[in-house]
This record gives sequence, C-alpha cells and structure tokens, in this order.
Amino acid sequence: MSKLEIRSPLPGTFYRASSPDTPRLKEDGHDVQAGDPIGVIEVMKTFQQIAADVTGKNVTFLVENEEPVMAGQVIAEVEQ
Amino acid sequence: MTITSVLVANRGEIAVRIIKAAKELGIRTVQVHSAADADMLAVRLADEAIDIGSPAPKKSYLNIDAVIAAAKAAGVDAVHPGYGFLSENGDFADAVVAAGMTFIGPSGDAIRLLGDKVAARGVAAKAGVPTVPGSDGRVADLAAAKAIAERTGFPVMIKAAAGGGGRGIRIVNSELELEQQFPLASAEAAAAFGDGGLYMEKVITKARHVEVQIFGDGVNFVHFFERECSLQRRRQKVWEEAQAFLLPQVVRERLCESAVALAREVKYRGAGTVEYLYDDESQEFYFIEVNTRIQVEHPVTEMITGFDLVQEMFKVAGGASLSVAQADIKAKGHAIECRITAENPAKDFAPSPGTVTKLVVPEGEGIRFDTMLYEGYTIPPFYDSLLGKLIVWAPDRDACLKRLAKALTGLQIEGVATTVGLHLALASDRSVHKGTFHTRFLESWLETEFAANHNIASEVA
Repeated sequence: MSKLEIRSPLPGTFYRASSPDTPRLKEDGHDVQAGDPIGVIEVMKTFQQIAADVTGKNVTFLVENEEPVMAGQVIAEVEQ
Repeated sequence: MTITSVLVANRGEIAVRIIKAAKELGIRTVQVHSAADADMLAVRLADEAIDIGSPAPKKSYLNIDAVIAAAKAAGVDAVHPGYGFLSENGDFADAVVAAGMTFIGPSGDAIRLLGDKVAARGVAAKAGVPTVPGSDGRVADLAAAKAIAERTGFPVMIKAAAGGGGRGIRIVNSELELEQQFPLASAEAAAAFGDGGLYMEKVITKARHVEVQIFGDGVNFVHFFERECSLQRRRQKVWEEAQAFLLPQVVRERLCESAVALAREVKYRGAGTVEYLYDDESQEFYFIEVNTRIQVEHPVTEMITGFDLVQEMFKVAGGASLSVAQADIKAKGHAIECRITAENPAKDFAPSPGTVTKLVVPEGEGIRFDTMLYEGYTIPPFYDSLLGKLIVWAPDRDACLKRLAKALTGLQIEGVATTVGLHLALASDRSVHKGTFHTRFLESWLETEFAANHNIASEVA
C-alpha cells in the first residue's frame, strides 16, 4: 500500500478549519479528492486555502492545528 | 524613579526603534522573541534576549503570562509594548503594574475606556470633539437602528463596539439592507469579539483620514500637530504625511485643540493619537477613535517637529513631567512615510516572506529608514508584512516628493517582493502631487492607473 503526500505550497501557520467556529475541513481517516480543501495556511496575516493535489483514502494529518509549517513540508498523507 | 531597564514586548521594526531610543537614554534593553524570531535585528541589538514561546502570536507575543514571566526573570523596571500585539490591552497594562513594573503607556483603565468605541465617542462628545452623526451609544435593537438611519440617512456603517483596526464594519445602503445586515453583524461581533454590541455612524464619502499626535503626563497635555493618512488599502495605511498640507490653518488649529481637549478630559498619560475623518467640502472633522500607543507613522511627526516621541515615552513613564510646552513645539517643512511591506503589488499583494539577499539603504539629508531588515535575514511568515518605513523630510512638500522618489530609487531590497515600486509610482502620480485623494482613492487607483502602467491585467490573463 503506497502513500501519497500533500505538501504545503507556502510557509506559515497551518489550520485544520476555515475559522475557529467551523468544523475541520477534513477529519483523519476520511477520503480525499484532488481539489478538496484540507486546511488553511496563514501567511503574514492573510489566509489561503490549501487544496489536495491528489486523490486517496484514509487521510492522516502530520501537522497539528495552529502549527508552523515550511513551504514544501508534508501536511498529510493519503493511501492510494 | 527614572526607568533604567526595559523589556521590549514586541518585534520587527518597532522593537528596533524602541531599543535605539532606550540606548540613547542609557536604559538596559531586554528583548522578548518567539522561536521564529531568534535571528531578528532587535534581538541582536538588545542587551539581552528571552525566548517566550512558539511562533504563533497567541503563544508568544500575545501571551501575557509569558511576557510578564520574562520581565520578572530579567529584573526590568518597565515594559514597552510598541504597537499592535498587547499594546492596547488594558489587562496587560494592569498585569505589568501588578508585577511591580512600569507600563510605558496609559493606565489599564484609560486603555479600556478609550478602546471601547462607544465609550470613547462619549468621552469625545463630553470634551466637545465633533463625532460622526450616528448612535449615541450601543444600538439596542433593529427598531432603534432604523430610527437612527432615518435621522443620518444612508449609507450608514454598522460597527462592532469591541472591534478595531478596520474589522467588524459593515456598510448598508438602504433600510432593507439594514434589516438584513443588523442581526448578522451582531452575531458576527459576538463571535469575533465576544461582544455583540453594535453602534452606527453615517458614512462620510470621500473623507480624508487625519489624525493628531497627542502627549500627556497626566497634568499637562500637548499636540505635535496632525498627520494625513488617507492613502489606505483595505483600511490599512500605506503612506502618511505630516502635516495635512491642504488643511486650512483655522481648521488645523481647531482640530489639534480638540485632540488636546480630549486628552485633558481623561487626564491622558503617554503618547496617543486621536483619529478623525475630514470632509474637504464642508471643512468639518469628526472623531473616529483614540489609539493609546505609539503609532506606526510617528516618524513623520518626529521629522517635522525634531522631537523624539519614543524617548519622551520613557521619560514620562518614569515620572517626569512633559519636557516641552505647547509653545515650544513647532512644525517645520514636510515629511512623508512609505510603508515598505513584503507583498507583491503586481500579484494582488500576495505575501512574500523569504530571505533578503541584498539590502541597500539610501542615505542623505532628510532621509530616514526605520527597519527590521539586514542582509541575510529571513523574514518569517507568521507576522505582519511590514519590513520598514522610508521617511523623507524636505523644506516643502514638492521638494519632499522629489527627494522621496530619489530615496525610493536608491532603496534596494532583493530576495523578496516588496512595495517599493508601488511607492515610486505614487511619488510621481499627478493626483498624489495635487493631494486630491481620500480614503477610497488608493484602491481604485491600484485597479486603474497602477494596473495600466504595470501591465498587471495582461499578466493575470
């Protein structure tokens, strides 16, 4: 079983939800379609939605909510 | 009890500015920083540095317990909050005092009073400062809102009583829109600020933003003239000038006197700014809010008055009386400040963190660059995009614009996208030269003039 990686295109702070009072965009274990929003990156006080660039099952997030990420860092993995 | 040591509870260019002022006064400096800011310029310049937590602001620069613990550990006798972060948090000011140190700014009570938009409007009215036609305080319900709109006319702004910095504002153009937006605005304010209270103000179209620098020691109150800050994008100032050059002298005097009256009303202590909207046509000005801290654009005031506002903050907080009387404060020449940010104006101001590979700073008479940058510095993505402020002074505004264009050409920041080119375009723009702008000018100018001259539309296509 191979795993596909979803990387952050930008450096910043990673959030699992669009705002503090909305549910997480994806829960661990869910399926992911390419194009699905999976999180938000805050870069210099601006917010950008991160969309998955792969399709797969059983997503596992490797970065906690509100944690700093580097550009190119793997945020989540999905099973093919 | 003169201040002999200070903890700088901020980052970026303002932390550098505070450290420089402290050093001039022989004050020992202790700089707090997040894990992402260990390499910042202020850390290098300070006598001591303390890591207070993770990069996220609420875990470091907004963490009151961590900042107070650092101040205690460092054994400082004062805390300077800069601007943003905890600078207008009354509870933080109280916590500093409770820990036996001096907060460089007004009391927690004064910060809370003036920070509540409705209460501040009441203070302004009491001091005889004109306020924008609108509600006298919080608006009880939709029926009350409709009655107010009937009196002021549309468009009208609905604002969160606990909001600020341009957030929590909605503009409605009709009674129908008011009916739709009022409950939404209340729910949004409750979610965002923990307070659903709203107030209303008439929208002054084509207004200028002017503001007065005030200073008080609790007994004496002065102004350092006014600034013109109408060039804004998304309610954030981009370019500021001192003085507001098109203001008739009689209006200027009334404006500055009204700000001093407000300071006197609350027995203000420290540096502050009273912000106003100014309507060119009617020559009327209206109170917006008071910022109870040093402001980003304070250098233009320093350039025209030759007075160091940050040093004065240290002296007054240490218990000294104001070092100047109103009659001693004179304005000379003209100054302009350009906020240089790590944003790409050609790509809808996309943020641009990264490493500065080359930095050349222009030098010469009347040129000042307040910055956090050095060659090889990596700008972290976690904070505001402000990199520095280019401030230029000359004997008159035309000479100032000329000198500014030359200084901007000499300012080289490589490795990240910046707004230097935008400022260069503004410095040679006809409307900017004539001063025929208002608070909504820049956004439309960016879409038309700037886009046309920089092939932005074709780049996007």
